[in-house]
Amino acid sequence: MIDTLRLTAEGAMSLLERREVSASELHAAYLDAIAERDGELHCYLRTCDEPSGEGIPIALKDVISTNGIETTAGSRILDGYTPVFDATVTARVKAAGLSVLGKTNTDEFAMGSSTENSAWGPSRNPWDPSRVPGGSGGGTAAAVSAGLAPWGLGSDTGGSIKQPSALCGNVGLRPTYGTVSRYGIVAFASSLDQVGPVAKTVRDVALLYSIVAGRDPLDSTTAEPAEPVRLPEGDSLAGVRLAVPKQVADLDAIEPGVRSAFEAALEHARALGAEVGECDLPLSYRYGMPCYYLVAPAEASSNLARYDGVRYGPRVDGGTYGEMVDRTRDAGFGPEPKRRIMLGTYALSAGYYDAFYGQAQKVRTLLIREHRKALEGFDAIVTPTSPTVAFPIGDKAADPLAMYACDLLTIPSCLAGLPGLSVPCGLSDGLPVGLQLIGPQFGENGLFRIGHALEGAIGFDTVPARLR
Amino acid sequence: MSWEPVIGLEIHVQLKTRTKMFCRCAAGFGAGENTQTCPVCLGFPGALPVMNRRAVEWTIKLGLALDCEIAEHAVFARKNYFYPDLPKGYQVSQYDLPSCTDGKVLLPTAESDRVIGIVRAHLEEDAAKTVHVGGRTGRIGGADASLVDYNRGGTPLVEIVTAPDIRSADEAKRFLQLLRQTIVELGISDAEMEKGTLRVDANVSVRPEGADELRTRTEIKNMNSFTFIARGIEAEIERQIGVWESGGEVEQQTYDFDPATGTLTARRSKEEADDYRYFPEPDLVPVEPPRELVDALRAEIPEAPAARIRRIEPALDLERATVLVTGGLDRLWDETVSAGADGVAAANVIANTLVGAGVDPSTAPADELAKLVDARERIPRGAFDEAITRLGEPGFSADPYLAQEAVSDTDELGPIVEGVLAANPGQVEAYRGGKEGLLGFFVGQVMKETQGKADPRVVNQLVREKLAG
Repeated sequence: MIDTLRLTAEGAMSLLERREVSASELHAAYLDAIAERDGELHCYLRTCDEPSGEGIPIALKDVISTNGIETTAGSRILDGYTPVFDATVTARVKAAGLSVLGKTNTDEFAMGSSTENSAWGPSRNPWDPSRVPGGSGGGTAAAVSAGLAPWGLGSDTGGSIKQPSALCGNVGLRPTYGTVSRYGIVAFASSLDQVGPVAKTVRDVALLYSIVAGRDPLDSTTAEPAEPVRLPEGDSLAGVRLAVPKQVADLDAIEPGVRSAFEAALEHARALGAEVGECDLPLSYRYGMPCYYLVAPAEASSNLARYDGVRYGPRVDGGTYGEMVDRTRDAGFGPEPKRRIMLGTYALSAGYYDAFYGQAQKVRTLLIREHRKALEGFDAIVTPTSPTVAFPIGDKAADPLAMYACDLLTIPSCLAGLPGLSVPCGLSDGLPVGLQLIGPQFGENGLFRIGHALEGAIGFDTVPARLR
Repeated sequence: MSWEPVIGLEIHVQLKTRTKMFCRCAAGFGAGENTQTCPVCLGFPGALPVMNRRAVEWTIKLGLALDCEIAEHAVFARKNYFYPDLPKGYQVSQYDLPSCTDGKVLLPTAESDRVIGIVRAHLEEDAAKTVHVGGRTGRIGGADASLVDYNRGGTPLVEIVTAPDIRSADEAKRFLQLLRQTIVELGISDAEMEKGTLRVDANVSVRPEGADELRTRTEIKNMNSFTFIARGIEAEIERQIGVWESGGEVEQQTYDFDPATGTLTARRSKEEADDYRYFPEPDLVPVEPPRELVDALRAEIPEAPAARIRRIEPALDLERATVLVTGGLDRLWDETVSAGADGVAAANVIANTLVGAGVDPSTAPADELAKLVDARERIPRGAFDEAITRLGEPGFSADPYLAQEAVSDTDELGPIVEGVLAANPGQVEAYRGGKEGLLGFFVGQVMKETQGKADPRVVNQLVREKLAG
């Protein structure tokens, strides 16, 4: 009997290596778990009946192109679209022998923090199905948490890996911008989108990162990581210096339960030998959100222009070309992409460019500098990943600004292109709280080391209480 | 009042790289519709562009040949608009930071060199080809359906923008001939207007002679030869002068020139102003060519056509020098003259006889050509023409042709001339009545009778005498 709820990716691999199970049995075990629990959780948009490789299964967010498997990015405008090519990350996980288990739910075009913006209905949080799993990568995070996949790949633009990982009690990595190829990832905001792993342990995350990272000739913005990935071992944080941004103390948005789990994690870090100091990110918390909500929608307004009904996806006919495009886009896009296309179109318009998009890019440069300075003398910046625990479905759906505020803590380092690791650090009212570790560019190995030592000390049980 | 035209040109040059600008699809004509496509040039979700290094290098090379500043930091931007030939909903094009700026082309004239400024030359991707079916105009408005062939989509294009320094239709034509020759000699494009690998739009305005104001300009598109460009510009200049002189006001407008009728048709004006929402293309990195690369490319630039015109002009005249250089014939001329031929005679033979016979000048042996040029008046016309036609054949030797002598014996030619005159009494009468242009007709008939072996100068003389007598 394979207990998918507790099985880590490393654990699954060693079962295969010891020939205790076959790849087909492992695949079948996850399909059984999906059959049992996904009716309620709705993590998957579609699953694959047979394993495609000899290795362990993996869940892929539905923004990741899979040759021959429908890829909709959670949008009606891609209903029925089946890619004729694999994303580079898909090709890499396949080359490593992994089997695609299925495509997981996402907010439409990865725009959202709850998966409620998916055209195919929301996913639910395995810890409490009346609550959201976070987003946009809620499908992958909930699947890993509920034992419906040993691990998965998500994409993160402003927090879409880190935030759902925190809300579902998983480990999630948003890598340094440019270390993982974006080729074949349905684009949201090109200068921010980054693919990364979600799993139950830091070691699993590091392992999956080592499989997908590295320069890709098909993505000009990629670079080879500075050093090979080291799977973290050991439990000491001696000599490690962590920095808490001054501003975190004053952020009222952070719930008390989240704050106390965060403080407890810092105590664990100190106990392991880490020094905890303070850094200053005043511009990041004041201007990060507005900057993000200019840059990301601007790029999105252009990236989403290709969905015109001409070459693929559904088409709504019209009397003229313009009418056809208008009707197709009106029927195909949900409210959130429409909102962001409008925001972005406005921000790029003649006469507004300098005040909005141009200004936001300047702010971004300042945030990069501010983070670099904040990290001087420190190995990582630490904050809570999300200001709140998982919230009830429907709570923020009618209030875009409240929804946008979910990413308050994850956005600034995304704008700075820096890697961020979310590690579960405890519960608040029975719901998981995530700790965010932000490292310098290409500093993934350092984050893995710190995250691994902390997860050992914290001893968080990743299996949702109600499923134990 | 006399008017001065002010003309600027926008020239699109399709580079002849093996592959497209941002993907590895083959670039080029002739393949079946939509067979040279891939996820990148079809704008599939998630597909990303990768710059064609050769296209970037060729753009820099062109910039160097046009005496431009080469940017150390050039940036591709997205030009956003919806059109079926634009699969991504945006065109990737250099915009505010192009690879080449601030250059010039010298245009030799009888007095001095005219300087035509080059504002910029930038790299972009071409749109796909759209055919609008049904409807009266062949345009998208009113068509029953639009068919798109994405083979051309994503082909590298360089856009060259001149300063408004051109002052006549003829000058525009001469500038384009020089520019085209420059491009062809760089080996970066076939630059053929008929095939669309060279496309030219002209911006035209007029102003009172001596004024330095710039009046409202119009744009002329859809001109597919240098001659038509000159005619289109000429027609627009006259139209604008007419408008101003009748007290009207020239309006900013785009016209299509119809070469068949020589008329300009205004395009339907757009209801709203264009706003392309340019922003830097985040899927590409800036173009930052190392100095060594630019220096290496600079070393590959051949001597500019204008400089070569000036160099060979003293031995000829401006007109002949220009014809040789813009026809890619001056190298053969140089070698033929070095081999001992007379300069003007060699120029005439190369520019007329050799080009007329369709001989590729790069295949012609200059020393043999020099012998033929030298002997052109001694040997029969037929033999000379045949020799030139065969000049490009491997192992060609002029010797067998040089051995033939033209018939210049008046005793032998006299009866033939008389026979021709007798056979054409009507023409004889017309000639004597004043139509002296018919002389050539009689000479031609005699040459035909003698199968080209007669010496044309002698025949000329004889015909004159007999007609006078």
